[in-house]
Amino acid sequence: MGRGTRKKDEDSGTEVGEGTDDWSQSKATVRPPDQLELTDAELKEEFTRILTANNPHAPQNIVRYSFKEGTYKLVGFVNQLAVHFSQIGNLVPKDSDEGRRQHYRDELAAGLGEQARTLNSLAMSCQGSQESVKLVISETENLDEDEEPKEAEAEAGSQTDVPVAEATEKATEELVTPKQPKERKLTNKFNFSERASQTFNNPLRDRECQMEPPPRTNFSATANQWEIYDAYIEELEKQEKNKEKEKTKTPVAKKTGTMATRKMTSMESQSDDITKVSQAAKIVERMVNQNTYDDVAQDFKYYEDAADEYRDQEGTLLPLWKFQNDKAKRLAVTALSWNPKYKDLFAVGHGSYDFMKQSRGMLLLYSMKNPSFPEYIFSSDSGIMCLDMHVDHPYLVVVGHYDGNVAIYNLKKPNSQPSFRSSAKSGKHTDPVWQVKWQKDDMDHNLNFFSVSSDGRIVSWTLVKSELVHTDVIKLKVEGSTTEVPEGLQLHTVGCGTAFDFHKEIDYMFLVGTEEGKIYKCSKSYSSQFLDTYDAHNMAVDAVTWNPYHTKVFMSCSSDWTVKIWDHTIKTPMFIYDLNSAVGDVAWAPYSSTVFAAVTTDGKVSALFLIPLSLHGKDRDVAQSFYPGGPTPRPGGAHVFDLAINKYEAICNQPVVAKKKNKITHVQFNPIHPIIIVGDDRGHITCLKLSPNLRKMPKDKGESRLGELGSLCLGTWGPEDLSSGQLGAGS
Amino acid sequence: MVVNAEGIPIRTTLDNSTTVQYAGLLHQLTMKARSTVRDIDPQNDLTFLRIRSKKHEIMVAPDKEYLLIVIQNPCE
Repeated sequence: MGRGTRKKDEDSGTEVGEGTDDWSQSKATVRPPDQLELTDAELKEEFTRILTANNPHAPQNIVRYSFKEGTYKLVGFVNQLAVHFSQIGNLVPKDSDEGRRQHYRDELAAGLGEQARTLNSLAMSCQGSQESVKLVISETENLDEDEEPKEAEAEAGSQTDVPVAEATEKATEELVTPKQPKERKLTNKFNFSERASQTFNNPLRDRECQMEPPPRTNFSATANQWEIYDAYIEELEKQEKNKEKEKTKTPVAKKTGTMATRKMTSMESQSDDITKVSQAAKIVERMVNQNTYDDVAQDFKYYEDAADEYRDQEGTLLPLWKFQNDKAKRLAVTALSWNPKYKDLFAVGHGSYDFMKQSRGMLLLYSMKNPSFPEYIFSSDSGIMCLDMHVDHPYLVVVGHYDGNVAIYNLKKPNSQPSFRSSAKSGKHTDPVWQVKWQKDDMDHNLNFFSVSSDGRIVSWTLVKSELVHTDVIKLKVEGSTTEVPEGLQLHTVGCGTAFDFHKEIDYMFLVGTEEGKIYKCSKSYSSQFLDTYDAHNMAVDAVTWNPYHTKVFMSCSSDWTVKIWDHTIKTPMFIYDLNSAVGDVAWAPYSSTVFAAVTTDGKVSALFLIPLSLHGKDRDVAQSFYPGGPTPRPGGAHVFDLAINKYEAICNQPVVAKKKNKITHVQFNPIHPIIIVGDDRGHITCLKLSPNLRKMPKDKGESRLGELGSLCLGTWGPEDLSSGQLGAGS
Repeated sequence: MVVNAEGIPIRTTLDNSTTVQYAGLLHQLTMKARSTVRDIDPQNDLTFLRIRSKKHEIMVAPDKEYLLIVIQNPCE
């Protein structure tokens, strides 16, 4: 607004500059003819008149009570409007009823009130003369100053009749208007000037502020088939978990609680970082081992001793891997067993055979794929004396402890505690458990196994739900050795079982070896009597084992340096081998009926072979008597015998431990690979490969394997025995 | 050498620069190999990766969150 006015001023200034001549000319010409001649003094006389829009009568000090502020406040703006004239219009349209009626009435009264009205109007005009002057002033407010003198004169002469008359005329006309609306236009009597004033406008203000923009991220991803698959699998797992949780809330909570604490304790020993990559670490460890033991692995797969071609019958054993663990350093290997499902996995039981130095025990499971470290480690307070792995459930390992307990370990469970364990309450043995063996599931499909201990009991253990239930199958008594006590009491000397083996086909039949050197043929159904008794050895029987192919033949070994091969129907042994050292273990080869291996405590593995010739009674005597005079095995070796080739001599007789101190305790053939594992009393396990001569297969598989041993025994057993023997031919 | 899912080394027995180089490159390679295996059959998965070179052998075993890398000199 202010800017605009300033501009106008400037504009007008320039106009003035341009039009100065016009202005002066016009000044010269404009001079009305009746203009007064004034003297200079008159001309110079100043008439000061300030014209304002303020109402001089308006009060300047109006106060009003402000409710907002609670005080009286001066009102700044006073109403400047002066009302000079006001009239409420009462125009009535001529055509309307009201108008006609009025018209009629007026006409009637016209004649009567004519004179009176004129008088009235005259009086009124005289009264209003003063006012009319004022009105004139207000009318002429915006006239030029030049005309002011004239006006002043006009004012001076206002008392003349003319304006009064005019006023009266107007007044009369006003009054008459309803009568004669046609003659004059109804206009305002006064010359109104329009006045506008502008109030202060609140200045417009722009107010802006900027917010922090909400964070934006770009997301882009590609989904392929397997990512979608993974997402689905995860979702499914979640749903299943939720279901399980809903199903079993309280029992699960308890179990997981205990499990968690167990896990915690087992985890604590290891650092957290490595457990996260344990699976990957396992894989890489095997790869590293494969590289490290590359040559051994190559030997295992491909090496065949070329020298065997030039040797007639003898073979050699090639050492492959050596297994040992620091935790089991000073513990003797007391049991070995291959896993029936994973042919590269075997279990090793650690304990001690020394009565004076009993300590803890360890159960380790090694894989040939990783010779440097065991796959599983379980430790126990008491030494392990024996173990067996279940055929149908290869993750279940049963162990017998030195303190007479038996326990079942589950390889699927990560904790190092046994899943099931016998206790003093549940009929544990009172002496070391020397052998355990899984049996076929019973009629209720419960897992069960047998154990033999030197307390003379043979116990059948059944796993019912989560408890081990025991049943004494037989109590070993030394027959005919009841000692007469003066008081007339009979004391039965208890036989100490050290080893047993179950017949492959006849379920109820089994053999028990004892510390006295006797072997009993027992039946599960008769607990009081033995089916047969063999006076086998002069010292404790260390192992008895049935031939895998010929159902009548079994083998026993003892600390009295001998290995004996028996027909269970005959009370005298068929063959006797003297190995010049205590024999710790014997094992039949899985590939041939005539090959077996024996280990002696002086650190040798022997394999004995039988000659395929029919033995008459005379020959058998020869066999028995001949061997002791034969070549004596060198100390510190292993013996492998093939009865089919040489029934008198070991076809291999090889030391396998470096130090003479070490005693070999056990031997096992791998079910499919041509290797054996031997364990010694220092906790070392050595894997050995059999050279080609040691694993000569019979010409035809199956039947002939048996055939050889069968024909071997033809002379003594007769044809009907052979035919029954053929049934046992495994393929 | 343990490498996390983003290819950042967490544990190592090698020097810094070698580790970073191996981790970055092998991570990419493993992811590629894994994606190949899984593209062929979504139920299948990569268990390990062996790279036999003239000088040594690099073995990679991918886990859920981590990658275990071993560099072995088989001649030793």
